[in-house]
Amino acid sequence: MPDVKYLLVGSSHAALEALRSIRHFDPDGSMAMVTRDAQLPYSPTILPYVVSGRSKPDAVLLRDQAFFEANACAFVPNATATGLDAKARSVTLANGQSWRYQRLLIATGAAPAIPPVKGIETVRFHVLRSLDDAQGLRSAMGGSRHAVVLGAGLVGLHAAENMAEAGLSVSVVEMQSHVLPGYFDAKASERIEAAFTAHGVKLHLGCKVLAVEARDGGHSCAVHLEDGRVLQADLLLVATGVKPATDWLAGSGVQLDRGVLVDETMRTTVADVWAAGDVAQATDFHTGKPALIGIIPTAVEQGRIAGQGMAGDPYLKAYPGGIPINTYRFFGRVALSIGQAAARDGVEVSENEDDGYRRLVLSDNRLVGYASIDEPFDVGIMGELIRRKVDLSAVKDSFIARPVETGRRLMSEQWR
Amino acid sequence: MGAAFDTIAFKASLCDGCGDCMTTCAEVKQGASRIDIVPGATENAFELAICRQCGDPKCAMVCPSGALAKDGGSGVIGWDSDKCVDCLLCTAGCAFGGIAVDPSVARVAKCDQCGGDPACVKSCPTGALEFRKAGSLYREYGDKEDLFVPGLSGCLGCNSELIMRHAMRKIGRNAVLATPPGCIPGMGSVGYNGKTGTKVPVFHPLLTNTASMLAGIRRYYDKIGRKDIVVMALAGDGGTADCGFHAVSGAAERGEKILYICVDNEGYMNTGMQRSGTTPYGSWTSTTPVGEHMKGKTQDAKNLPMIMAAHKCRYVATASTGYMEDLYDKLDRAIEASFEGFAYLHIYSPCPTGWRIPSNKVIDACRMSVETNFVTLWEYTPATGIRFTRSPDNALPITAYVKMIGKYRHLSQEQLDHIQAKVDEQVALLRIMAAESPPPPPAHRPPAPLSAPAGSDSSQPSLRREISRN
Ligand SMILES: Cc1cc2nc3c(=O)[nH]c(=O)nc-3n(C[C@H](O)[C@H](O)[C@H](O)COP(=O)(O)OP(=O)(O)OC[C@H]3O[C@@H](n4cnc5c(N)ncnc54)[C@H](O)[C@@H]3O)c2cc1C
Ligand code: SF4
Repeated sequence: MPDVKYLLVGSSHAALEALRSIRHFDPDGSMAMVTRDAQLPYSPTILPYVVSGRSKPDAVLLRDQAFFEANACAFVPNATATGLDAKARSVTLANGQSWRYQRLLIATGAAPAIPPVKGIETVRFHVLRSLDDAQGLRSAMGGSRHAVVLGAGLVGLHAAENMAEAGLSVSVVEMQSHVLPGYFDAKASERIEAAFTAHGVKLHLGCKVLAVEARDGGHSCAVHLEDGRVLQADLLLVATGVKPATDWLAGSGVQLDRGVLVDETMRTTVADVWAAGDVAQATDFHTGKPALIGIIPTAVEQGRIAGQGMAGDPYLKAYPGGIPINTYRFFGRVALSIGQAAARDGVEVSENEDDGYRRLVLSDNRLVGYASIDEPFDVGIMGELIRRKVDLSAVKDSFIARPVETGRRLMSEQWR
Repeated sequence: MGAAFDTIAFKASLCDGCGDCMTTCAEVKQGASRIDIVPGATENAFELAICRQCGDPKCAMVCPSGALAKDGGSGVIGWDSDKCVDCLLCTAGCAFGGIAVDPSVARVAKCDQCGGDPACVKSCPTGALEFRKAGSLYREYGDKEDLFVPGLSGCLGCNSELIMRHAMRKIGRNAVLATPPGCIPGMGSVGYNGKTGTKVPVFHPLLTNTASMLAGIRRYYDKIGRKDIVVMALAGDGGTADCGFHAVSGAAERGEKILYICVDNEGYMNTGMQRSGTTPYGSWTSTTPVGEHMKGKTQDAKNLPMIMAAHKCRYVATASTGYMEDLYDKLDRAIEASFEGFAYLHIYSPCPTGWRIPSNKVIDACRMSVETNFVTLWEYTPATGIRFTRSPDNALPITAYVKMIGKYRHLSQEQLDHIQAKVDEQVALLRIMAAESPPPPPAHRPPAPLSAPAGSDSSQPSLRREISRN
């Protein structure tokens, strides 16, 4: 039975950052990264660009084999974890093999959540989470004319844009009344929505799907909406959200809620087992309550903390909580959001529509959220102002008038 | 050996917000400037946003396309425009505004240090931006053998230890070293219990006879045909300027083929901080105390490197650890010259203990001593005469230096005026002597005292404002 000091399950952002932070402190401890993927590491975020053809599937890899050799980490592809025996400290793979570990990282990310829509199991539909999904969607697009996308989150909108640009007629159905709910307020969302409409994408917002039904011998389907309308699709994409990939942990003793429960240093409820990234349910910076914030920046930060804990790095710092971040491009334009950017109650909001659109949200003279359309800002700097709860009283006027310049100034002063 | 890289340093106190760096960058890169100077907290303060080429770049860790990576050779975080999918996640990773959207192309742009010769630095008229190459030096010499034992008992922050280790790394094993009484043997370089503290032959001459003994050693090596050995001293200022001076002067006059490095910490520090011939006017030392009547040293220091130049040595130079590239250049030339004649290198060495400087401010003090002309950097050969290696123009007032140093804390205005006058006089003399030789790279202009109040809401948005707004 292969036996390593550090076993990392998953090969995406969280696991890669954990690898880096372990090696920072422990250059030699034996290590392996096992992953379901057949490929070297890649990011799910790149997939829309594979769908559009902008990125070639073999040019999106985040690391090469030499990297793993240089870091003394065995990279084990085609290795789906199916079980964890925390007492025996071993992980079982689909191929029957088991790996023993001293310290384990669960970084299996998330998988598409399939909504309980009537008939969904009877129709052919696509999801977008893996390279195989992306290549499947890309080739399906070639032979299709009418696409329906369920869900107007990041994944749904990216794919809708891809398909519209490829010449398909596209409809997006979203239960909420605006696209990208949570990240943007109504005014910002409306600008994004207008762009989609201008590019011929039909948005059905505030709309529920009642049922789907196979047509044409399974080659297409009908999507029945709550209001009685029926959309015809020869390509159906389900993008209604994700759920942490925790199936393989059933019965392991690792406590699950919506994701794997972790403490502020990413330890699970089982000794010597850590979790990070989309699979983990850590805390929300704003509320301090457990939350799923499935984005790369949180996956990376959690991965780093988990890696430090696994390696016994004394500089380990507690996770401050996740902050929602969205850097979104649509039809070449820029939409950015960080923190409580759509908040309305109990906060001070400053909106500006001179150039593009920007919305600053302050509370107690501290920045808590920032969103903009067509007016880029330094998301990382604003993130630091939010995380450090920097008191902006002294610079408030210039911050509101010129947030980018003032933010740069404040961070330059901090880091002198 | 860990990595170290060259870096664009920003000295905010010198920046007057002229914006030349941004104009230049925008021109060279044909897009938005990758360096952004923004108004600071007060009217004359400016701050900087630029890629800091982090050691563990968060921009690269959040990039989903693999477009960003730190180059192992230059340390620059490179951006691969083909791989990049313009998702802007990297802008969320950076806490400095170092990678930001270039609105002209709606893609990210970041500093690439222009391949090792940053245009912004060259365009900065005040010297607020500087390309520091200590990283390259470290990479070149960091792997070379350290020729002193670890754990020398120098004081915390000792600049002399830095000089010894750097010099010997550069010179290498083919050397015979004399370390006359002073901090250098005192901290253990001559060794304990019959073992030396160096990996080269080392001996401990008297204060008075260092140069004479080295002369003999060189002559012996010449006689047996060993022409490859550096015969050298690492001596203090006392052993060089005072009690050892006759030997140094004699060896220089005879043209003995020696490399003589004087590590000048302005006094007899290892024996309790007594004054020496190079202790500057006004300094507190244990023999020039500060009390009701005495206010530190009442005589001026002798300028030993100028005296050595007057000997027409094969090579004479001054150096400071605040300017490592310059120091390394001069070491090269001094070593070479020592095979042909007397080579004298005078390295100024602020002493944290004896001068009362916090140990983390020693290098700052080195730099400030040069920026105020308290120390001038020059070299001399008989063929070229004296040549400044750093321009003495536009120097800061000496108060900027003096106030960093505890041994000058008591100085009255009169004493300060005296020191300033003395510094001016020395520089004037050096200028006359250097008049014939090629000029050094021009000095930076001093920052404009009152720049346009960029922090206020002027109706005319400056270039700076345009760019920083993305
Ligand atoms: C289309 C799309 C667009 C996105 N856009 C953005 C964006 O713009 N910004 C942003 O911040 N985030 C975005 N995200 C989310 C982002 O990709 C994720 O937050 C991030 O990838 C999480 O990283 P992770 O390491 O936690 O998990 P994942 O990236 O999900 O990786 C999980 C890894 O575990 C492996 N794995 C899963 N199950 C098993 C198993 N049983 N055994 C072995 N290995 C297993 C997988 O193969 C994979 O290697 C997007 C996601 C998608 C799908
Ligand atoms: S904008 Fe380009 S470089 Fe930046 S994170 Fe996205 S893909 Fe990487």
